[in-house]
Amino acid sequence: MTLMQRLFEPRSIRTMAPGTKVIVYGILFFWTAFVLFPIYWVFITSFKTASDVNAGPVFLPFVDFQPSLHAWKELFVFDYKDTLRAYANSLIIALSATAASVLIGSMAAYALARFEYKPKFGVVLMFVLMMIAVFVAVGRFGVDWRISTAVGVAVFVFLARALGRHFKASLSNGDILFWMISQRILAPIVVVVPIYLMFQQVRLLDTHLAIILTYTVVNLPIVIWLMYDFFRSIPYDLEESAQLDGATRLTVFWDIVLPLSRTGLAATTLLVMILAWNEYLLALFLSTSKAQTMPILVAAMNAGERGILWWSMSVVIIVMIIPVIILAIILQRYISKGLLLGAVKG
Amino acid sequence: MTDNTKRPGATRAVPSKGRREWFADWLDRHSSQIFIWPAVIMILVFSIFPLVASFIMALSRFRLRGGSYQVRFVWFQNFEKQIFGSEQFHFLGTFKGMGLLGWIVALLVTGVVVWWIVRYLRTSFTVIGFVGRLFTWGLVLGVGWLMAATFFSGHPFGTLGTTLFYVFFGCGIQFIIGIGLAFLCSLPIRGRSFFRVVFFIPLMITPIGVGYAFRMIADTTKGPFSPAWQWFGLGDFSWASDPWAARFFIMIGDSWQWIPFIFVVMLAALESVPRDYVEAAQVDGASSWDIFRDITWPQVVPVAATVFLIRVIEAFKIVDLPNIMTSGGPGIATESMTLHALFAWRSLDLGQSSAVAYLLLFVTVVTCVSFFNLVVLRRIRS
Repeated sequence: MTLMQRLFEPRSIRTMAPGTKVIVYGILFFWTAFVLFPIYWVFITSFKTASDVNAGPVFLPFVDFQPSLHAWKELFVFDYKDTLRAYANSLIIALSATAASVLIGSMAAYALARFEYKPKFGVVLMFVLMMIAVFVAVGRFGVDWRISTAVGVAVFVFLARALGRHFKASLSNGDILFWMISQRILAPIVVVVPIYLMFQQVRLLDTHLAIILTYTVVNLPIVIWLMYDFFRSIPYDLEESAQLDGATRLTVFWDIVLPLSRTGLAATTLLVMILAWNEYLLALFLSTSKAQTMPILVAAMNAGERGILWWSMSVVIIVMIIPVIILAIILQRYISKGLLLGAVKG
Repeated sequence: MTDNTKRPGATRAVPSKGRREWFADWLDRHSSQIFIWPAVIMILVFSIFPLVASFIMALSRFRLRGGSYQVRFVWFQNFEKQIFGSEQFHFLGTFKGMGLLGWIVALLVTGVVVWWIVRYLRTSFTVIGFVGRLFTWGLVLGVGWLMAATFFSGHPFGTLGTTLFYVFFGCGIQFIIGIGLAFLCSLPIRGRSFFRVVFFIPLMITPIGVGYAFRMIADTTKGPFSPAWQWFGLGDFSWASDPWAARFFIMIGDSWQWIPFIFVVMLAALESVPRDYVEAAQVDGASSWDIFRDITWPQVVPVAATVFLIRVIEAFKIVDLPNIMTSGGPGIATESMTLHALFAWRSLDLGQSSAVAYLLLFVTVVTCVSFFNLVVLRRIRS
C-alpha cells in the first residue's frame, strides 16, 4: 500500500480517508473564516475610536487597542432619536409588510391550488386596452386622473359583465400563477418612479403605509410561489370533511390549512422578512426623513465632511443584523426545506 | 372571472338565519373571489400599472420649467440616445474599431449562433418556439458583438456590459462555490449543523452593510490586510481607481452574500438524494467524484437549474453594492444598469431613467425566459 493510497482511500463507506479529511476540513474552515471575518471586523470596528481606525489595522480588543463605547453612546444616547426612529420604522415596516404579503399571498396561493379559475382572454385584453385608454386620456388630453380612472374602471366592469360570456378563449390557473410569479423578474427600478409619482399624487410619500404597500407587492410572488407548492402537498380530505361539517372556506383556510403548513409559512415568513428588512432601493425613493428605514440610515453614514464614520456605521450594521441572525438561527431548518420545495417543483 | 370549485361544494347543513349568518354564507359563496382578488388588485396597482406608466415615461421627455415640469412625447428618442446617440458610451460602451481578438470573438459568436439556428431548424420547428428563439439568438449575437467591439478590443464597456459581467461571471462563480461547499457538507463530517448555520449568515446581512464592510476590509491603508498590501509594495494602490479591481471587489462582496443561498438550497437537495444509491456505488468501489457525477448530480440538476435561474433574476437587480462601494466609479466602470437609471433619476432625467430601466427589463426577460425554456424546463421534464 503506497502512502497516497493510505491517505486518500477510505477504510469504510461511512468514513473518510485522513488525506481527504484534511482537505475537506481545511476548505470548510477556510470558508468559515472567510464568512466570519467581515462580521468580526465590523464588530470590533464598532468599539474603535477614530484614531484606532486611522492608525492602521488593529485586530484584538484589549490587546491591540482599548475598546471604547463612544460610537454606541453617540448613536444611542446623544443621537438616539434618529437611530431609534429608523429602527422602529424598519421594525414596523418589515413586520407589517411581511404579515400582509404572507397573508395575501397565501390566500392567493390557496385559491390557485384549490379553485379553478377561467378568466376570459378577451376580458383581460379589454382590461389592458382600457388601461391604455386611461393613460392616453390623462397624458394626452389632460383629463384629471381620478375622473378618468373611475370612468375607465366603470366602463370596464360594465363591458366585462355585458360581453364577458361571449368570449371563448380562456386562461387557466397555471397562467395566473405564472403571471403572478413572473412579477419577480421585474426589477424594482422599472416600477419605482411611477410608484413614487403615484404616492406623491395621493400625498403618501414618506409614510409607513406607502413603503409597506410597496414591499407587500414586491414580495407577493415569492410567497405565492412557495406557498402554492405547500398547499398542493396538503391532502384535500381533511378540508372536505370539515366542509361537510359546515365549516366555511375561510374557516377551513384559517383553522386547518394554515396550521398544517407551518413549515412552509415559517420559511416564507423568514425569507420575506429578511428581504423587507434589508431592502434599499425602494426605501431610497419612498422615504426622505419620517419613514426612513435602517438601510437608508446606514447608507447615510457616508455623508458629511468627516468622510465615512466607520465606527458609527459598524454600530448600525451590528444592531441591524442581530435580530435577523437570531431569528434565522431559530428558523434555519425550515428555510432550506421551504426553499427546496419551491425549487424542485419550479 | 368565472369559476367553479374543483370538487362539488358541500351543501350547508345549517340553514342560514339572521344577518351574521347571511354574511358568513355570502363570504363562503364568494370565497374563490375573495381569496384571489386582493393579490390580483395589488399586483395590478403596484406592478402592472407602474409598468405601463414607466413605458410611457420612457417615450417622453421631462423638462423642469420654473417649478413645474413639462412632458413631451418623443417616441423612441430616449432609447435612440442610449443605443446610438450621446449616451452610447455610457450604456453600450466606446467603439473605436475592432481589434484582432475582437474579430475572432465576433466570428466565433456568429458561428455558434448560426450552428444553433441550423441545428434547431433541422430537428424541430414550431412558430412560437422559433419566434422565442429569435429573441434569444438576437440577444446572444448582439451581446457577443458588443463584447467583441468593446471588451475584447480593449475599449471600456458601458453599464450593459458591467451588469452582464456581474450576472454571468458572478453567478457562475457563486454557483460553483455554492455547490462545492454543499457537496463538502453532505459528506460524512462532524459539525455539519455548525457549518450550515455559519455559511448561511451572510445572506441575512443587509447589502448596504456588506458593501461598507468590504469597502473597509479592502482599504489598502487602514484595512486589516494593509500590512500585506504594503509588503507586496501595493500600499499606494487603490483598487477603487482601477476598473477591473473595482469590479472584482464588488463581485467578491456580492458572492460573499449570495453563495449561502445556493449553498443552503443545494445542501438540502443533496441530502434528499436517497442514500441507498450512493452506498451501493460505494460498495462497488466508485470514487466520490464518480458518485457525484453519475448519481448525485443527475438527481439534483433540476434544483440546480432553478436555483441558478432565481439567482440570475436577482443578480440583474444589483444596485446596493456598486452604489456603496464605488458609487459606480472609477468613471462608469462598476455602474450597473439599475444604478445608471438611479443616477439618471437623480439628475431629474425621468425619460432616460425609464428608458434604461426598460432596456434592463428587456435584457432580463429575454435572458430569464430563454434560460427557463431552454434549460430549466428541459431538466425538470427529463
